Amino acid sequence: MDDSRRNFLKVAGCSLLGAAWGVPIVRAVSKSFTTEAAPEALRAKQWAMVVDLKSCERDDIRAAAAEACHREHNVPSIKDVEDEVKWIWSEDYAHTFPTEMHTYTDVALRKKPVLVLCNHCERPPCVRVCPTQATWRRADGIVMMDMHRCIGCRYCMVACPYGSRSFNFKEPWSTEERKKLSSDFPTRCKGVVEKCNFCAERLALGKPPACVEAVRQLPDAEEALVFGDLGDSSSQVSMLLRTRHGIRRKPNLGTGPQVYYLV
Amino acid sequence: MHDAGKVILGLGIFLALVTFPIWFTVATGNYGYTPELQMPEGYTQCVESKEYMTSWHMDLLDQWRDEVVREGKRYYVSKTYGDKHEMSLTKNCMKCHNDKAQFCDKCHNYLGVEPYCWDCHIEPEGN
Repeated sequence: MDDSRRNFLKVAGCSLLGAAWGVPIVRAVSKSFTTEAAPEALRAKQWAMVVDLKSCERDDIRAAAAEACHREHNVPSIKDVEDEVKWIWSEDYAHTFPTEMHTYTDVALRKKPVLVLCNHCERPPCVRVCPTQATWRRADGIVMMDMHRCIGCRYCMVACPYGSRSFNFKEPWSTEERKKLSSDFPTRCKGVVEKCNFCAERLALGKPPACVEAVRQLPDAEEALVFGDLGDSSSQVSMLLRTRHGIRRKPNLGTGPQVYYLV
Repeated sequence: MHDAGKVILGLGIFLALVTFPIWFTVATGNYGYTPELQMPEGYTQCVESKEYMTSWHMDLLDQWRDEVVREGKRYYVSKTYGDKHEMSLTKNCMKCHNDKAQFCDKCHNYLGVEPYCWDCHIEPEGN
């Protein structure tokens, strides 16, 4: 065999090319089953939430949203702040919008409650740091969590500038409490991180997020929480953001939050 | 050989202990026992054939998990029967096999397998 450099490069090149073609072929062949999305599934280019700050001041609206979400996703209510788990909750204005503050910002405004949740960023820092791709950004903009893959390293919690992620420091439910949970959505085990998933499991079955649905049923709360596709210029969220002034949390960080707050 | 007696005795005890699972099973009359599963009432077939499900249900469930969580797909088309099924452990599998203790656990306990499905997924109230 001629062991010239030229020959070596030829063989190496051909092998690489073969391997590059081989991988997708092997994948396609090995995936021997068919799956389908539900026909009623809601689709979008970029899901987004628009929250009306004025409506947020109403306790019933914030409570209804959190209650519906936490019931839907079997999120435990742990009193100890060290261990608490939350998907959607209330934060005061000063901590929610530090970039919108100045020395003369009214104390009353600073203390006003704001409904906060995962911002489903366009450039999510949590996704960049996750070592197992347990969290990733879907094509429709949802920053998803795969609890099966989470190893509990909590890099994502450090990376998230909004504190939107909670870690299960202990088993979230006692055996007794667990028996009362709805079995349609799994709970979590000790050692995984969780957060809002924009109700991906409901969207897949054609339903709006639980918080939006719950708030809509309250009187005069039609537009308190609006969910929709920003890729569609005729959607309600697009219209609202065109006609009213919407702000985002810590936009200076460049994460591109997709939860907008109407001033 | 000075301690042949002791060595042989020791070997005997060692062999008796090591083969304990075998002769204990034979002695208690459980030799040849395999768990028997009951057919869920009102159903004649699973998502795929019985043989396939017995051998490959764990792979099927892993595929379902990935398709649902990572791909956003919800329905599985049966390779054997061609009909559609929602890919959900609790909403689909456990609707027919509604008793975890009588279904999952029977074989898993027998084989000493401890899947971690139920760390998070909530078993139906059949138990």
